[in-house]
Amino acid sequence: MSPSLPTIQPEDEARADQVRGGSYHAPEAVDWHPALFDYLLRLGDESLILGQRLTEWCGHAPTLEIDLSLANIGLDLIGQATLFLNLAGEVENAGRDGDKLAFHRDVLAFRNCLLVEQPNGDFAQTIARQFLFSTYQLALFEGLVASSEPRVAEIAAKAVKEVQYHAELSADWVIRLGDGTDESRRRMIEGLDWFWRFVDEMFEMDALEQELAAAGIAVDRTRLRRDFDVRVQQVLREATLPLPEYPRAITGGRTGHHSEHLGHLLATMQFLPRTYPDAVW
Amino acid sequence: MSHDWPLWEVFIRSRGGLGHKHVGSVHAPDSELAVRHARDIYTRRLEGISIWVMRSSDIVASDPEQAGPMFEPAESKVYRHPTFYDIPEIVKHI
Repeated sequence: MSPSLPTIQPEDEARADQVRGGSYHAPEAVDWHPALFDYLLRLGDESLILGQRLTEWCGHAPTLEIDLSLANIGLDLIGQATLFLNLAGEVENAGRDGDKLAFHRDVLAFRNCLLVEQPNGDFAQTIARQFLFSTYQLALFEGLVASSEPRVAEIAAKAVKEVQYHAELSADWVIRLGDGTDESRRRMIEGLDWFWRFVDEMFEMDALEQELAAAGIAVDRTRLRRDFDVRVQQVLREATLPLPEYPRAITGGRTGHHSEHLGHLLATMQFLPRTYPDAVW
Repeated sequence: MSHDWPLWEVFIRSRGGLGHKHVGSVHAPDSELAVRHARDIYTRRLEGISIWVMRSSDIVASDPEQAGPMFEPAESKVYRHPTFYDIPEIVKHI
């Protein structure tokens, strides 16, 4: 029998049974690495995909000033993605780094929520997405600063100040467009309507994250929801905008069930490193 | 769109103890967004720790036509420069 192909022997099975049914006092060693790897992909991918989306505005924004504002936010997000995905590569320990994970993974392996992959639309739609995402991400990172995994806590501590600015800037624009002209108000309402069905997914917990949260590594997303709702209501009130009911949510991004938009985004983003794998700056 | 927005002059303080220095201008619909735009354009490379903005239209400037009477009289007043006395060796910083 080839030694490179592991097989389960009867004695292995017997040992596994003993561990499961073992003494209450014998702590079972848990290997967090696979779950942590997946969690880091979720964190890294949502920053990466939204960062990539924002770069589409480069050279196309309504004014030069806004062009730079959006590019700055995009760069912050890509910086976060680099840190999270490099750490994911370390945790996976299979020779992949952040670049490899960003540019050489197929669409079904991406773990971002659906909101970030949605198209930019007009400026109001982009601002609606940014406001909802940054408000959520700020709450998330404020929680992750206290993660029991120090490398995650460190990235969150660096990113939280960036995200605070993104949340403030996008809220400022929601207020100005909502409480602006008839046209800007109409576009802001349409922009928020587009993204409303993707909000619930950001706060969704599954078994993987529940386990990580119980270990203090991840944040329980359901606990972030109240602060998020309060902040969104506050900004929409100031923007004189109606608060829509949340429709039935569309979810699945974090387990790889994406909308058709992500494949197109990745085709643009991954084309060069996939065509010229040895290309360097 | 930007031609509808007023112009704002931007001043940045680069370090504590220094004055705010004029660095350029931005278009923005109001003062708060002018500060944000100034931050996004002029402090991307750690250029500053404080930003002032003011409406360009609020600046009162000297008249270039009057440059002669305004500035030339100072040209012949070299005695206004503090260079007509010796500094004692003991004084290190002046």
